[in-house]
Amino acid sequence: MHAITYEAPTTLDQAVSILKTHGENARPFCGGTDIIIQLRAGVRRTEHLVDVKKIKELQTLSFDAKKGLRLGAAVPCIEISESDVMRRHYPGLTEAAHLIGSLQIQNRASVGGNLCNGSPAADTTPALMALGARARIVGPNGEREVPVEAFVVSPGRTVLKPGELLVELLVPAPAPHSSDAYLRFIPRNEMDIAVVGVGAALTLDGDKVKAARIALGAVAPTPILASKAADALIGMKLDAAALEAAGRAASEACSPIDDMRGTAEFRLHIAAVLTRRVLSIAAERAKKN
Amino acid sequence: MSKKTLVEATINGETVEFLCEPRQSLLETLRDVLELTGSKEGCLTGDCGACTVLVDGRPVCSCLMLGVEAQGKNIVTVEGLAINGVLHVLQNKFLEHAALQCGICTPGFLISAKSLLDRNPKPTEHEVRYALAGNLCRCTGYDKIVKAVLDAAADIRSQGEGKAAAR
Amino acid sequence: MAESTTTRDFKVIGTRPIRPDGVDKVTGRAKFGADYAFPGMLHGKVLRSPHAHAIIKSIKIDKALKLPGVKAIVTSKDLPAAENKLEQSGEMTVNPMHLSMNILAHDKVLYDGHAIAAVAATSPHIAEEALRLIEVEYEVLPPVMTVDAATKPGAPILLKDLRNNEEGDKPTNVAQHYQFKRGDIAAGFKAADYVIEREFNTAMVHQGYIEPHNAVGIYNSDGQATIYCSTQGAFDVRSLSAQVLGMPVGKIKVVPAEIGGGFGGKTTIYLEPLSVLLSKKTGAPVKLVMSRSEVLRASGPTPGGKIKLKMGATRDGKLVAAEIWMAYEAGAFPGSPVAAGALCIIAPYLVENFQIDAYDVVVNRPKTNAYRAPGTTQAAFASETVIDELAEKCGIDPIDFRINNGVKEGSPQIMGPPFKRIGFIQTCEAIKNSPHYKSKLTGKFRGRGVASGFWFNAGMQSSATVNIHTDGTASVVTGSPDIGGSRASMAMITAEVLGMPMTDVRPITADTDSIGHTDVTAGSRVTFATGMAVYEAARDAVRQLIERAAKVWEKKPDEVEFRDGMLHAKGNGVPPMSIKQLAPRFPRTGGPITGRASVNARGVGPGFATTVVDVEVDPDTGKVQVLRCTIAQDAGKAIHPSYVEGQMQGGTAQGIGWALNEEYFYDDKGTLRNSGFLDYRIPTCLDLPMIETVIVEEANPGHPLGVRGVGEVSIVPPVAAVANAIYRAVGVRMTQAPMSPPRLLKAILKHRAAAQHSAAAD
Repeated sequence: MHAITYEAPTTLDQAVSILKTHGENARPFCGGTDIIIQLRAGVRRTEHLVDVKKIKELQTLSFDAKKGLRLGAAVPCIEISESDVMRRHYPGLTEAAHLIGSLQIQNRASVGGNLCNGSPAADTTPALMALGARARIVGPNGEREVPVEAFVVSPGRTVLKPGELLVELLVPAPAPHSSDAYLRFIPRNEMDIAVVGVGAALTLDGDKVKAARIALGAVAPTPILASKAADALIGMKLDAAALEAAGRAASEACSPIDDMRGTAEFRLHIAAVLTRRVLSIAAERAKKN
Repeated sequence: MSKKTLVEATINGETVEFLCEPRQSLLETLRDVLELTGSKEGCLTGDCGACTVLVDGRPVCSCLMLGVEAQGKNIVTVEGLAINGVLHVLQNKFLEHAALQCGICTPGFLISAKSLLDRNPKPTEHEVRYALAGNLCRCTGYDKIVKAVLDAAADIRSQGEGKAAAR
Repeated sequence: MAESTTTRDFKVIGTRPIRPDGVDKVTGRAKFGADYAFPGMLHGKVLRSPHAHAIIKSIKIDKALKLPGVKAIVTSKDLPAAENKLEQSGEMTVNPMHLSMNILAHDKVLYDGHAIAAVAATSPHIAEEALRLIEVEYEVLPPVMTVDAATKPGAPILLKDLRNNEEGDKPTNVAQHYQFKRGDIAAGFKAADYVIEREFNTAMVHQGYIEPHNAVGIYNSDGQATIYCSTQGAFDVRSLSAQVLGMPVGKIKVVPAEIGGGFGGKTTIYLEPLSVLLSKKTGAPVKLVMSRSEVLRASGPTPGGKIKLKMGATRDGKLVAAEIWMAYEAGAFPGSPVAAGALCIIAPYLVENFQIDAYDVVVNRPKTNAYRAPGTTQAAFASETVIDELAEKCGIDPIDFRINNGVKEGSPQIMGPPFKRIGFIQTCEAIKNSPHYKSKLTGKFRGRGVASGFWFNAGMQSSATVNIHTDGTASVVTGSPDIGGSRASMAMITAEVLGMPMTDVRPITADTDSIGHTDVTAGSRVTFATGMAVYEAARDAVRQLIERAAKVWEKKPDEVEFRDGMLHAKGNGVPPMSIKQLAPRFPRTGGPITGRASVNARGVGPGFATTVVDVEVDPDTGKVQVLRCTIAQDAGKAIHPSYVEGQMQGGTAQGIGWALNEEYFYDDKGTLRNSGFLDYRIPTCLDLPMIETVIVEEANPGHPLGVRGVGEVSIVPPVAAVANAIYRAVGVRMTQAPMSPPRLLKAILKHRAAAQHSAAAD
C-alpha cells in the first residue's frame, strides 16, 4: 500500500475538522473491510485514513417506539444481529446485516460503511431503502439529511462532499402490522457478494396491503426502489397473482449487467423470484405484529 | 518514508509495545514486527480467514485491520491458545480427528471455533458450519474439522458438568 | 517382494495415531515458507503484465531504482540464454526456454499476470511502490483465449517457434496431437443399439491452495545458494532453478518448508529463481510471496477444454465403441495434461473399439500445471455422464452398468500391460452396498448421481534413511514434503518394521543436501514409493541390527532373528535383546546403525474411486445444494486410515467446487476478472455436507505392504456425479461445467419451455 496517515478522533467536531482540512485526500473508515482492500488494489486512493469508531454518536444503537431507530454509522453488523430490539422491529435489516460476509467480517463491517462504499450490490442498502431510512450527514457547513435511496449516486460514489461524514441512519418506527424482510441470491451459501438482493417492507390492513416499499440491489448502477411494483400492491391482497405481478414489475425496474456473478437475463429472472419470496416473508411477519 | 506509530496492546495475555506504519495491517504487524507467524496470509481480502485472530473476544480478519487499530485492544492469536504448553481442548480434538492436513488454515479455524464455543457451548452441526464459513480449507472438505469442533464442545460441556458435580 | 498383506496382523499400520508434526501445526509453530525471516532480509515483488498478449518494446527501471529503499531490480536480461528443447524432470517434461520465459518474460508477454521484472526493497510496501515506477512499453496484440480461437485459421500465433508433430514447419498454436486406438470403431458403432454423442466444455480452474507461493533466496559470494520455499518437490526446485539460473545443481540447496497445500500446483518454480537472482544482486536474503491475485493470475491452473464424445452400447448394457476428440488449454506454453486425460477417460471400462484424439493447445492464459489427477476430472465429466445416459437407455442401474463393463485383473489398459490386481469393481460394489445408496431419496427436485474415476498413480524415485539413536529410538529421513500427513505414515511403516511404538520414531523431511534424490510429492506416490524406500531402509536397519547382535553374542548372523521388536538367538541359553538394550552398545561394537534405501519404484497400483451424491436443485434459481455424499476408493492398504479418508474427502470437496462454482472469468481483453477468493468461489464449510468414506483395500501386489496411492483419484468422479444427480433432480443433462446457477437455470427454463411446447402440441 502507498503511505498513509492514521488518526482516530474522539468527537464529531474533531473528525469534521480533519476531514475539512484534507478534503479529497482524507477518508473516514469504520470496519475497513472495503477501504483497506481498495487501497491495496489501487482502486481508491487516500492519504489520510480517519478512524471514526471512537466517536460516540457513530456507535449509538437506540430504538424508540415512536421516533424509531438511530443506528450509528460505525455500529458493527454483529451488534445488529445480536440485538433483540433489531431482530424484533427490523428483522429484514437485521438479516441483511447478518448476511454480509463471514462472522469475521460482521465483527468489523458496519451498515454505515456499507452504504458509504456505494456498491450497487450492498446488502443493507436495499433493506434500509425499503424501510424509508434517512442518512444524517454532518460536515463543515452543518448537518443535513438525505433519504437513503438518494445517497448512492453511481457505482462507488455517494452524495458525501469532501469534509462530510455519515453519522447515523434514521429509520422510522414500524407502524402496527408492519415488518420487513431481505433476501439475496448468492451461488454459495455464504461469503459471496449478492447477485441480486431484494428488501421489502409492508404494512398490512387486515389481509390487504396498506403500505409497501421494495428495493433491489445488484440490478442497476445503484440500489433502486421499485416504486411501481410497490405502489401496485396498495389495497391488494397478497395472493399468488399479486406476487407474480409485483415480481414482474420489480424485474422491469431493473437494468442489470452481465458480469462474472451473473448474466443480465439471470438477474432479471432472480429479481422476480426473490421479490415474490421476500414479500411473502414480510407479509407473514407483518401479520404477527 | 512512512512514519511509525507506537502502539500498546495486550497480546495473548501480555502487554506489548510495538512500532508499525499506518499502512501495515494487524496481520503484517503480528507476523513481521512481533514475529508471531502463527496467523497466516491467504488472500488479504477477508475471504479465507487464515488470518483470523480474536480482538476483544471477537474473531476478525487481521488482514483487514490496521496494526495501529490494535491500540488498547486485547488480542488473542493461535499462539495464545495453549496455556503454559497445555493444549486447548480444540487443539487436541483437531489432532485426534485428523482435522488438518497441510495445516495452513488450522490457526484461523481454531480461533473461529474457540470463539463459537465460548458463546455457544452446544452448537448444532449447522451452527458450527455457519460459524466456520469464513474460514476456507482446501485440503479436508471440512468433515473432520466439524467433527472435531462438535467433539470439543461435548468435551467442554462434560468437563463443566464434572466440575459442577464435584462442587 | 510382493507379499500378501490382506491377512497380515499389523501392530501400527492401520491404526490412527496422532501425527508427529501435529503439535507444531495446531500451535502455529510450524514454519511455512512465508514464515521464514533472516537478518538483513529484503522483500521482493514482481511486476506483472496487465495484457494477455503483447510484445515488450522496452522496460525502463531507472525511476524505480531511485526510490529510497529499493536495492535491486531484475528482468529477463539477468537470466542466461535457455534452449528450446524438451527435457525430463521428474513427472514433468520441461522446455528450458519456456521455463525461463515463464519466470521472466523475454520479448513477449503471454497472459495477464505474466512476470516481467522483480524488485527487492527494504519493505514489501516499498517494493510494491517501486513496481508502479517501472515503465514498460507494450505493443498490444489480440488475445487468444480459447481452444476454438487458437485453432481458427488465421489465429494469432503465441510462440513463433512452436511446431507440432503433424504440421511440419507451420507455425501453430497446437503443440501436440496424441492418438490412442484399438479395434475398429466403425464396426463397434454398427454393433451398438444405442449411440450417444455429446460435446462438453469445462472451464479453467485453480488448485486453490490457501497458501500462496513463496521463496526466500540466499546467495553467498562463494556461489552457493539456499532456497527456502513451500514446495511439493525440493529436488525439482533445485534442478529447475539451476537450469533457469545457469547454475550447477550442486550449488543450490533447497530447504522445503511446511507447505500449505499443493495439489500439483507447487511442483514447478515461479519465485524461487527470482529470490536467488535478487539475493545475488543485493548480497542479502530476499523473500518473495505471491498475493492471492498473483496466485490465480500467474500460477498454473488446470485447463478448461472441449471434449466431443461418442459412445455406443448394446441393449444388454455392453460398451462396444468410443470415439473421443479432446482439446485442452495448455496456457501460454505447451504441456497440458490432455494425454493423461485421454488415457484415463474410459480406463475403468472394457471397450474393445476406441479412438481417442487429444490436442494440447496454447492460449493466452497462465501455463497450466498439475491439479490432482491432471486432465482426468474434465474427461470424466464427459465420459461418466454419457455412461449414465447409456445406462438409462438400457434400463440398467448405473452402478451395475459400470460393474458389467468394469476392468479387473488381467483387463487391458488403454496403453501398456494388462492390469494386475485392482479394486474398481469393489469400489462400485461398496457404493452399491453403502447406507447412502441404500437409503431412499425423497422430496421434490432432488436427485442422486453416481460416477467413477481412474488415475494411474506414479512410482518414481525416492530415498530414505533410518537412523537408530543411542537410546534405541529412531528417526526416518525422507525427501518427500508432507502435504497431507504422509510423514505420519512414514513413521508408522518404520515403527512397524522395527517393532517399536510409533512415538519412538521421528519422521523428518530433509533438504536436498541431506537426503538422496527424491522425486516430487505428487502422483499419489509418497506412501507408495517413499513408503517403499522407508520400508526397505527400515529392513536394512534390521539387517544391520541382526549382524550387530550376532557380533555381540559371538554368533553368525543367520543364527539371529528379529521378531516382535526383539533380537533372538536361535537355540537356547541367550535371552532376547531389545533395540533399546543394544543401541547404547553401538559405539563399542562397530559404530552407528543407519538403514538406507533408494528406489525407482515399480509396481505402481492404479487408483479407482466411485462416488455417489444427492442434490437438491432450486428450480427457480438454479442453485444446487449437495445433501449427501459418499466416496469409495481402493487404497490397497491404508497405512493411516484417517489421512486416507482425508484425501478422499478433500478431493471430493474440490470436485464439488469444480462442479458447481469454480471457473476463471476472463474479459474480452484477456484480463482475469476473478483473481480473488471472493469471486473464485471454492466451497465453504456451509456449502458441504459430511463426506462419507469407504476405504476399499485390494492389496497392490507391487508393494510390500499392498499400498496404492490415494491422493488424487477422489477428485475425478464428483463433477460427473453432480451432473448425473442434477439430471435426476430436474431432468436436464448439463454439458458445461461448472454447473453454476445462471447456466443451470437457463437449461431448466429451456427444458421447461420444451416440455410445455410438446405438451401443448399433444
